[in-house]
Parts: sequence; C-alpha cells; structure tokens
Amino acid sequence: MSRLMPLLTLGVAALFLASLLIGPAPVGVLDSLSALILDDGTPMTLVMREIRLPRALLAVIVGASLGMAGAAMQGYLRNPLAEPGLIGVSASAALGAVIALQTGLAAAFTLALPLTALGTALLGVLLLLALAGPRGASLTLILAGIAISALAGALLSLVLNLSPNPFATSEIVFWMMGSLADRSMTHVWLALPLSVLGWLMLATLGRGLDALTLGEDAAQALGIRLTRLRLTLVIATASVVGAATAVAGAIGFVGLVVPHILRPLVGARPSRLLFASALGGAVLVLAADIAVRLILPDRDLKLGVVMALIGAPLFLHLIYKTRKEFA
Amino acid sequence: MANRIAPRISGSVRLCKALLLAAALIGAAAEAQEAPRRVVSINLCTDQLAMMLAAPGQLHSVSFVALDRRASSMADAAQDYVINHGRAEEIYLMQPDLVLAGRYTARASVEALENLGIPVATFDIVTSMAGVRRAVLEMGEALGRQAAARDMVADFDSRLAALQAEVTRRPRAALYHANGFTSGRASLAHEILTAAGFENIAITAGYETGGKLPLEILALAAPEAIITGQPYPGTSRAERIMDHPVIEALRRGAQGAAVTDADWVCGTPHVLRAIEGLAPLRRALEATR
Repeated sequence: MSRLMPLLTLGVAALFLASLLIGPAPVGVLDSLSALILDDGTPMTLVMREIRLPRALLAVIVGASLGMAGAAMQGYLRNPLAEPGLIGVSASAALGAVIALQTGLAAAFTLALPLTALGTALLGVLLLLALAGPRGASLTLILAGIAISALAGALLSLVLNLSPNPFATSEIVFWMMGSLADRSMTHVWLALPLSVLGWLMLATLGRGLDALTLGEDAAQALGIRLTRLRLTLVIATASVVGAATAVAGAIGFVGLVVPHILRPLVGARPSRLLFASALGGAVLVLAADIAVRLILPDRDLKLGVVMALIGAPLFLHLIYKTRKEFA
Repeated sequence: MANRIAPRISGSVRLCKALLLAAALIGAAAEAQEAPRRVVSINLCTDQLAMMLAAPGQLHSVSFVALDRRASSMADAAQDYVINHGRAEEIYLMQPDLVLAGRYTARASVEALENLGIPVATFDIVTSMAGVRRAVLEMGEALGRQAAARDMVADFDSRLAALQAEVTRRPRAALYHANGFTSGRASLAHEILTAAGFENIAITAGYETGGKLPLEILALAAPEAIITGQPYPGTSRAERIMDHPVIEALRRGAQGAAVTDADWVCGTPHVLRAIEGLAPLRRALEATR
C-alpha cells in the first residue's frame, strides 16, 4: 500500500516520457530530448515544445482532473457509478465550451473558454444533485445523468449546426469523444489555472469524505460541515471538469475506471483514493493517448473511443453488481 | 426529300448542288436541335463554365453556391441568373432542355431528373491544367458553343505559357488546409502550385496523394512558403489548426505566406488568376537565395 504512490508516480513519469518520444516524425530519443531542452533553432525544437510537450502535459492535467473528480463524487455520493462523464457534467462543460467558441466570447478574453465551461458544468452538477439528492441512489443518479447528458449533447449539436462554419458540425464527435491531437501550449495555459484551483479544493475534501463513510450523522458529529463540503465539491468538480473539457472535449470513463481499480489498494479510504486517482487518471489518459497514436497514427482516433472500450465493460459489471439496488 | 427528287431532274452538276443544299439544311437543323435553349446548372464548377460560354439568354439558372464569394470566382455574374438549390422538383419546374451537373453532385436529384426525361450533362472533377482545357471544350460541346470554347482554350494556353515562362529556382511550399489536409498529385491545388513555379513539399515528404499532413512533419519539412485556406466565419477546430503556434512560427520563419481563394476551387480558366496571384511570392523567394 505504501508503495502505491511512488509506483504511480513512476508510471506517470515513464508514460510522460514515452508520450514525448512518440510521433509521426521519426527522430531519435536523444535528439528529440536535447531539442526539447536546448533551443537549437531547428524545427525539431518547435515540434517538441509546441506539439509533443503540450500534448503530454494536457494528458496529465486532464487525466488527473477526471480521476480526482470521479473519486471525489463517488466518495460524496457513496456510489461507485458517479463519474463526470456518466452523470452529464462533462457534456454540460462541453456545451459551455462550444457556446464560448461559437459566440466569439473565447476570443474576447483569455480565460473565457474554461470559465464558460465551468459555468455550464456547475449547472450540470447542481441539476444532478437536485435530481439525485445527497445520497445519490444508483437508479436516480444514472437516470438524471442520462437526461442531463442528452440535453447538453442536443444543445451542443444545435449550437454547432447553427454555426456559419461548415466544419463545425463535424466536430460534434470531438466534443462528445475528446482528443488531444494538435493542441498547443496555449491550451495548457488555458486549462492550468482552473485545474490547479480545483485540485487544491478537492484536496481539502479528504477528511470530510473519510468521515462521510460512517454516515452523515456521524460525520456531522465529527465536526464536518456538510453544506460546506458539498459546496466545495460542486465548485471544484465543475472547475476541473470544465477546464479539462474546454481543451480536450468530453472524455468519459476515466473517473469510473481509475477509482474502481485503486479503491482496494488504498484500503477504500476516500482521502487516499483522491490522490491515488489523480495519479492513476494521469497514467490512464497518457496510456490511452499513446494508444490512439499507435493504433491509427493518421486518423485522430478519439480518446473517448479507447476510454469507452475500456470503461464500458467495467460500467456494465458495476451495474450488474449493484442490480439489487435497482430491483 | 430534296436529294430523292434531285437525280430525276438532270445532270450531275445539279445533283451535286442539290446534295450540298440538302446537307446544309440538315446540318443547320442538327445544330439548332443540338444547342439547348434553356440550360440549368446545379454545380458550382459547371455554373462558372456555363456563365463563361453560354450565348446570351441560353443559361437560365445557376446553383446557390455560385453566389458564395468564398467558393465562387463569379459571384457577381451569378446574380444575373435565377438561383436553384439543386432539388429535382425545383429543376423540373424550370422546364430546362439541358441540366449541367458535376460527377458527384446530388446523385439522387440527377437520377430523378433523368427519369423525368430531362437530358443531364455530367462533368468530371478537374484535377489538372489539361483537365481545364477538356472541361471548357466539353462545355462548348454541351452548349453548342464550340467556337467560343476553342477561342477560350487558345487564350488559356497562351496565358498559361506566358505565366510559366521563367523559373530559375522552385521554392518549396506547403499547402495546408482545414483539418491539416494537404493536396498531393492529381489535385488542382497541386497543379496550380506547380504551374506557379513552386515545389509542393507534400510530395517530398511522402504524401503523394495528399491527405492529412501531421503538424510535426510539416514543421520538420520547414517550407519556404505556407499556403493556407481562407477561414469561414464562426470557429471550428478544423480551421483553428491554421492558427497553431507551429504554423505561426512557420509563417514567421518562412519568407512568405498566401491564402487560397475561390479561384482555387474549380477547374476553369480562372485558375490562371490563382497562378498569377502566387507569382509575386515566388519572385520574392527566388530573389532571397
């Protein structure tokens, strides 16, 4: 157990390096790393610093955000099915991002894109909590998630269909499935501030979530202020999911798969799961993003496709396990 | 008729005269039958060829795309015609005696029109300078304006030859469109670029047939000029890639940049304007090294 965190950190580092070294341009390991560190004025520096580095950094940011958000929501709702993608928060964030881009708001001031995504993600989370209640029974949670996802997805398609740009409509796939292809450092700087803010807020939730495993009354007796916990959770989740989705589209299942695998390894303690899931999410998204580049190098296979192929069977398994609750 | 009674009248001279007269009459009838009088075009490229070649009053309607300045070189001229949206019902009600369509324009509409007994002339997509000549001659044939088409081809040939005259060095240029697509051999854009005296880096980088050119490969190829598409209003990820920091760095590093416009879209003599548009850039690059 104590070896889990160093192991995960090592995994992130190794995959980060691999992500930097894999690309369509055939360049040696040492050449590409020296081009990254020393600006030698060759186009290779441009490739490393403006194409590969932002891609690897975004995989870490997005993965950590989604993994952590999943662990936090599951801890709060005490339900392993609570995941930003499944419960419609990612789709809501994507809607905000598309609105910001198509109305020109994103061009008007720097952080408009992630902030609008945060705003709609916040609406999504609040709507979900209003529908599912603080205990979040699986059936209501999933139904509310389907409804929110469907509504946000439909509005997103509408906005893109109304765009005067003929390419916009075909990008529904990107927003619903997510991809890290051809992003730049600009996107890293767009996503980073809100992500860091969200991580810090989520990190403060550990003790409260641990106490909550004993039940709400016990948690309150332990001095946990539930309203405040809830507020922090909602804002933090909306920040991290909003920032991640604004630059990479809605990537599903990360927050479902990662906490599920890591939960037994941390003794099912939500506080430890929170940090382990951040690292685990980064590992998973880095690995999935390397996979899409190796499987179909020229086609921009969407990250969401790989994640759904991994996550959907697990989702089915979880539903099967919790089916008593549905009956 | 005339040639059947002619032999009975007398003499071979008269016979010959009568035959000549008859031939002339039949020929004139055939020409009158051949030249359609109410033509409707439903494809951007046939729209433009028809507008250039049709006799006054012969072309009745062109497609709505012909009005779009981004895609059509003849948006102003198109305003003088009735506009259609390529739907079978709409076209049928115009009662055309010839419909002009592209090889890949709305197959269902074209088939419906053919079933209704309306003749449809289908034009292939033009991918080369030779194809432009062919398309002009074909359009002349379809409209019964062969002489005008021949004149246009002669003019095209001489202007093209004049443009291609002097090239001391071929600067390496990259065509980079929305979604990171580039154009390889057997594409009009490649032909325009080559005719303007550039070397297309897609070919040297191994993307002979065009397709998606990864940003990394483009950056490493370090082209001397980068030619991107003209963005549409509204935003899309597909077009934002043309503002990627790598492309911006290449634009700064490269000595020149240009933007493709409506003249690049269709294989009509207007491609000469696209070639002419690139000439100053090539001359500037030639001078640098």
